[in-house]
Parts: sequence; C-alpha cells; structure tokens
Amino acid sequence: MTDSIRTDFISHTFKGQRSPTLLDIDVTIRAGEQVALIGRSGCGKSTLLHMLAGLLLPTEGCVRIHGRQVTRPSEKWNMMFQKPSLYPWMSVADNVGLGLAFAGRKDPQRVAYLLELVGLSEKAAANPQSLSGGQQQRVALARSLATSPEVLLLDEPFSALDAFTRSSLQDEVSRIAREQNLTMVMVTHDIDEAVAMADRVLIMAANPGRIVGEIQVELTSPRQRATPEFSRQREALMTSFEQLVGGETTAAEEEEPEQAGKRKAA
Amino acid sequence: MDSVVNTAPASGKGGIEWAPLTRFLMARLAYPLAGIGVLLALWWLGGWVIANTPGTESFAGFAPGPTFARLGELLSSGEVWIAVVPSLERIGLGLLWAVLIGVPAGVAIGLFAALREVSHVPFQFLRMISPLAWMPVAVLAFDTWDAAIVFLVAVAAVWPVLFSSAQGVRRIDPLWFKVARNLGADGLQMLRRIIFPAIAQDIFAGIRLAVGVAWIVLVPAEYLGVTSGLGYAINDARDTLEYDTLAAVVVVIGVIGFVLDGVCVTLIRRFSWHEEA
Repeated sequence: MTDSIRTDFISHTFKGQRSPTLLDIDVTIRAGEQVALIGRSGCGKSTLLHMLAGLLLPTEGCVRIHGRQVTRPSEKWNMMFQKPSLYPWMSVADNVGLGLAFAGRKDPQRVAYLLELVGLSEKAAANPQSLSGGQQQRVALARSLATSPEVLLLDEPFSALDAFTRSSLQDEVSRIAREQNLTMVMVTHDIDEAVAMADRVLIMAANPGRIVGEIQVELTSPRQRATPEFSRQREALMTSFEQLVGGETTAAEEEEPEQAGKRKAA
Repeated sequence: MDSVVNTAPASGKGGIEWAPLTRFLMARLAYPLAGIGVLLALWWLGGWVIANTPGTESFAGFAPGPTFARLGELLSSGEVWIAVVPSLERIGLGLLWAVLIGVPAGVAIGLFAALREVSHVPFQFLRMISPLAWMPVAVLAFDTWDAAIVFLVAVAAVWPVLFSSAQGVRRIDPLWFKVARNLGADGLQMLRRIIFPAIAQDIFAGIRLAVGVAWIVLVPAEYLGVTSGLGYAINDARDTLEYDTLAAVVVVIGVIGFVLDGVCVTLIRRFSWHEEA
C-alpha cells in the first residue's frame, strides 16, 4: 500500500494568538484508507482538515498528498462541509458539474452518472432550494466526486441532518468511498459516526491541538450497527478517548478555519 | 398571471366561469384604478380653480382636458418622439456609464475591506453633492452639451449602482467562496460563476434606484444648451406659453418613468434566486 497523505510535523498558530492551535501533527494515511479524526470542539481537528485541503497553510511543516506538497485546493482532493452550500442560481446538475466546469472540461455524462450514484437522477433539473437537507448533502457529495478526486475530506458533513438521514448517508458515503477506492479523512465528534465509517480513528486533544492516540476499527464493511462487535468497538473507542483526553471541556475554537477562510476569500 | 392560469382547470361543468377571472381583475386593478382616479380628480379640480380664478385664466391649458387633447395630437403626429428619443438616448448612455463604473467599483469595495475603508469618506462626500451642482464643471469639461448631460446623468446614477453592488457582495455567504475555491475556481471563474450571479439582483435593484434619480436629473439637465429632449420641450412650451403642451410632456415623462421602473422590477425578479414564497 502506498502512502496517500503525509503531514510532516505540522504546527499552526493563528495570527494574534500566542499558543499554537496545532502542535507537531505527524500522520501518515495510506491510499484507500478511511480515517476519522475525533476530538472535542476546539481541538483543532477542523483546522487540520482545512490544511489537508489546502484551504489553510500551516505556519510550520507541510502536507503532502501523493508526494506533492499541498499549497492550494486541487481537483485531486476535495472537501465536504457541514453545510451543503449549493448555489441556488444553478440547477442540481450544474452544481454537480461545477468543479468540472472550473477545470474546463464539462462532462454531462459524468454528471448524470454521479446523480445516479447518489440516487437523485430525477432531480437533475431541479433548483437545489427545493431539496431536503439530506438530498442537498447528496448533491454536495456528487459535486465533490465530480473531478474524480483521490482524497475526500469530510468536515462533519452529516451533523446538521436528522438521525435517520445521517446514518443512511454515513453508510452511503462509506460504500461509495470504498467502491471508488478513495482515501477519506473525516472530522467528527460523534463516536458512532467514527466507528460506522472509519478503518482507523485518530484521537485529538486540545491546547495545543495534537494527536494523542489512535485505534483500529476491526470491522468489515458494510457495517451493521446492531451487532455486538460494533458495540464492543464503540466501547473500546469511548474508553480510550476518555483515558487520553479526559472528561474536561475546552473553549470552542472550532470556528477559526471559517473565519480564516472568509478573510482569505475577502 | 398565475391565478388566471390556475382557475382555468377549475371550470369543470362546461363553459368558462368568468367569476374568478372578474374577481381577480377587480382585486388586481381596483386599487390602482382608484389611485389614478383620485389623481385625475385632483388635477381636474386644480384646472377648474385655475380657469375660474381671475388672473390665472391664461393657464387653463394645464387642465386634463386640453392636456390630453394636446397629448393625442403629439402622439398621432409623431412629434412626441422628437422629444422622447434624445432623452432616452441620454439616459441610456448615462446609465451605461454608471453601470460600467459602478458595478466593478462596487464589487471591488465589497470584496476588499481596505478599499472599503479608504473609499468610505470620499464616496459619501461625493454622493451628497447634487448632480446638478456639477453642471458648470460638466459644461467646461465636455465639448458637446449632449456629453455634459450624459455626464450629469451618470454622476447621479453611479452611486446607487455602486453601493448596491458592494452591499450585495458583502452579503454573499463566505462558505460559497470557500466551496468554489475548494472546487478549484480561479479569480475570474469566481467572478463569473459565483459573484455576479449571486449579486445580479442587487445590481438591478441599484439600477432601479439609479433610473429614478437619473430620470429626475435628466429634465433640468436638458434645460442646458440642447435643443431636443423632454426637458427642452418643457422649457420651450413655457417660453411659447403652450401650457397644454407643457402638461402633456409632463404626462409623457411620468409614463416613461413608470415604464422604466417596471422594466427594472421585471429584471430584478428575473435574476432573483431567492425561493419564491
């Protein structure tokens, strides 16, 4: 197995802050591996994900994807956010094809294939505002997959959905990622979500944000949530998390990448 | 419109049911017609008072009767177009310049906070100067009267377009920028595919305000050296004591202004991506 993502001792300190948000993050993720980053709000997990996507540059260290240093977003890696953020002046199909349009190669057939993949073929011409939250997030998934990325980054993309939609989308994204042999890194604070989707879970602690441990999820896919094995994995992860991070809560700083993104766009 | 279409299938028992259509037309037209009626009544009353007050009888041409008679003549002879076409050309050119300058400047100010801070005081200062105060400057700066008038219209129209565009950009969801960047958009693509569609309705809302002020500025600006246009027609009618012509031109100005505003409202609706309630 080849390495897909490497981070070389990333540290990051936001402007105007004295203590680092991230300290010495050194992670290697294999191609095709599904990794979850879990931690409390404010541990810097979302900041780290933004760095993998090239939406934020670390003050020290660097991210490499397939040996190439990540300095900006690319069609080879793509991030899905908590909000679907579809563009309401475009049809569903145009939203899905946007990455391809930006890359200068429109491909209606690929768009049609992706809409079928997420089960929304009949909504191709619809306005995204007429879709439910779960459907919108499916469109966002199709949009992320349009340029055939090798890496899919998920920033709590299901946390705004109701429980039923959430678990069905978790299974669906997991299945699609495995079928397409995507490397997937997801950020979550939901232990169930981590166990349901990941091969490996990295546990992060805050102040400064660092990786304090990891745990392998020894389950086959697709995963059955109601089995004793699933519960055992869940228990194991919960126990490690509490041992490593403890029960204390930390100040929420998870909004940082949002603000940094806004500043950069502005 | 929609209600008319929707009532059609409901007329099940053979024959067309006129009642819903009539009710719809009443609801849509009753109030506007009442408003027009009140305005005409007041106008007629004013004309009657003028005609029956000793010393003002010579202004009786202002009354609705003579005005509409004269308006009919102006329309049938085609004379009205001699005044309307040059005015529309001037306002069109003035608005074009206002959009060409106002939209890019507004987008830039909306995007860059530093630019916004630097431009705030100068723009608010310039905005408060009556466009007509530029008249002497315009006359000196431009070779032709026409160009001077276009300049005055543009000076009046540029501010609403500029501020509305800037406001539109500032209201764009920051995540929309992030998602587009994440999908590999470069600067130009960001402008064309994200920023302009997102603020199109704000631009047209700005143009709507601009049309209002530009139309107001146009008439006094045409009192300048030109010998065509609606402003000139008013001045000319006053000099030749043709008060019915003067009032007819005023009606024409009002109607065209109303139509231009309607066009803007249609464009705002057309480019609005907000979900209809």
